[in-house]
Amino acid sequence: MTTTTPALTGGRRRPGDRVFSGTATASAVLILLVLAGVGLFLLAEAYPALTAPADRISGGEGMVVYLWPILFGTLITAIIAMLLAVPVAVGIALFISHYAPRRLSQTLGYVVDLLAAVPSIVYGFWGVQVFAISLVPLYQWLAENLGWIPLFAGPASATGRTILTVSLVLAVMILPIISALSREVFLQTPRLHEEAAMALGATRWEMIKYAVIPYGRSGVISASMLGLGRALGETMAVTLVLSASGGVTFNLLSSGNPATIAAEIALNFPEATGLRLSELIAAGLVLFLLTFLVNFAARALVTRQKGGST
Amino acid sequence: MRSSTTRAARAALATTSAAALALALASCSAGNEPSGGSGGGGGSTPGSSAGGAAGGGGTINGAGASTQQAAFQAWIVNFQEAQGTTVTYDPVGSGDGRTQFLSGGVDFAGSDAYLDDEELAEADGRCTDGAIDLPVYVSPIAIAYNLEGVEDLQLTPAALAGIMAQTITNWNDPAIAESNPDATLPDLPITAVNRSDDSGTTENFTEYLDATAPDAWTYGVVETWPVEGGEAAQGTAGVVGAIGAGNGTIGYADASQVEINGLSSALIQVGEEYVGPTPEAAAAILDNSSRVEGRPEGDIAIDLDRTTAAAGTYPIVLVSYQIVCKGYEDAEVGEQVAAFVEYVTSEEGQQAAVEQAGNAPISETLRSDISASLELVTGS
Repeated sequence: MTTTTPALTGGRRRPGDRVFSGTATASAVLILLVLAGVGLFLLAEAYPALTAPADRISGGEGMVVYLWPILFGTLITAIIAMLLAVPVAVGIALFISHYAPRRLSQTLGYVVDLLAAVPSIVYGFWGVQVFAISLVPLYQWLAENLGWIPLFAGPASATGRTILTVSLVLAVMILPIISALSREVFLQTPRLHEEAAMALGATRWEMIKYAVIPYGRSGVISASMLGLGRALGETMAVTLVLSASGGVTFNLLSSGNPATIAAEIALNFPEATGLRLSELIAAGLVLFLLTFLVNFAARALVTRQKGGST
Repeated sequence: MRSSTTRAARAALATTSAAALALALASCSAGNEPSGGSGGGGGSTPGSSAGGAAGGGGTINGAGASTQQAAFQAWIVNFQEAQGTTVTYDPVGSGDGRTQFLSGGVDFAGSDAYLDDEELAEADGRCTDGAIDLPVYVSPIAIAYNLEGVEDLQLTPAALAGIMAQTITNWNDPAIAESNPDATLPDLPITAVNRSDDSGTTENFTEYLDATAPDAWTYGVVETWPVEGGEAAQGTAGVVGAIGAGNGTIGYADASQVEINGLSSALIQVGEEYVGPTPEAAAAILDNSSRVEGRPEGDIAIDLDRTTAAAGTYPIVLVSYQIVCKGYEDAEVGEQVAAFVEYVTSEEGQQAAVEQAGNAPISETLRSDISASLELVTGS
């Protein structure tokens, strides 16, 4: 950054420049301070739980045993949601940017943006009162016919409030974020690349495959990471929809599911005091670190895609 | 095209923010009026002095169990009308309420559990003369179920414990059939619904199971549901919703909510008969139980006799306390708190709560005991 600004620092600086660079720097420092503050707060408040003897932690077997199921729940819901949402989101984005007639694409664009603005509690209520119940017959069918796959082992939940439902709700929630951003990236594809591909005799699909997708790949990855961030941290919808009764399981259809970190905190915070509160904050610290890791990974991916030019 | 939409969006934004600002200002000025009025001595409520010792105006703050939240909605309005004192109640949860009370953040706490010895010691520092627990809110916990074609399900404590511990997993299990000779029980898996959040309801329910069926229920008395793999839902509303949503579900929830949502409640075996969660049967358990011993003077902590065999008694109840100081540093606050709890436990106050929250009113005996305890609060 500093190497690119010799012209600015060299000449006579005007007051406006100084004020602007001052406020910009202050903003940058502020965000770092806030982040450090949150991290320090979590660490300090979680400290009693991290150092407490194992038998005083909920479950009586220490922090790792307590945290592992909810970390697992967080990851599995987010991963399934991503697997379901990303392909569909990219499809929507491509349709809007390259297939749909202009008028339709604009309307669709607005609708997708609107979806992104629906509050998560609304998704939660919809998920638990409409979606989950309507999925019960499907789950029963899956458990009966595909029960040999461990994922669908069943017995199917009578209320449909399972990991799979949560993942589907999360997928719907992150869909607009990913598709809105991807659409913008796809629209940025240089016209010349597209026309060149067409001129070489490519079909529209081949044009997209060779010109649009490679150009937009890093943007789609960034968009997906934003979506993943929301899926990992989503609290309200998961709390409402998931039947969080503990246990680590890959069985997606039963009533017994691990909670996610955010849901665990939201569920138990109101009645928590002392060490229990520290445990929950420690769980928050883990989620904080997890989101950091995800962001770093995304940065690394994007950088590699662009050949290190970021 | 793009620039015009941006302009439109900007204009819309400006309008909404202006409207929001106007609203905020309006609510600000509206909010100022009553506080200005009470600052002037509450002169606007001429009837306030008739209410008793606590004079008009002033505010007392409470926080704690969400159990009492619905009742508080009625109590706050009625008490304000009768005495002119403003009462606030923040339903942050029992644990948080006790913490806030002990640290001096609020004037009284609502709690589903009475203060333990450690907290009592802490209260000696917070209050001038220690704190006491007063049971002001009794609510039956219903065993709600959703099973097509089966009415008036009757359960023994052992069968109930087996169902909740997931050792009894089908509705046609002999343990259930035995106590329901007239019902046709379907061959359907049981979905046992429990709270996914830490809860006083869970604690009271497991206390009942632990006392009456220790062989079938081996998890002890806990606030966090201990059995993995059941259907778990957040809060009373979540549990009631989950029971209503599936066929073959059963769970425990506040009786008033069960009734409102049109679910049936199972009858539980007490002695020789099967009893439902009626207000009368729930209130009876308090009178049939003994008080916890070794508590400070005036404290009424109840050691519920869950194993009672007395006729017409429903033992799965939740008792919620209001925790107050015996002596407040500000005598006026003390008087107002005492007047408020006096009102809450009065026949009128209890009736108001029943209408709002559907709980069980406390008995005459308990009312006079609480009244005697409140003498200590006003006395300082």
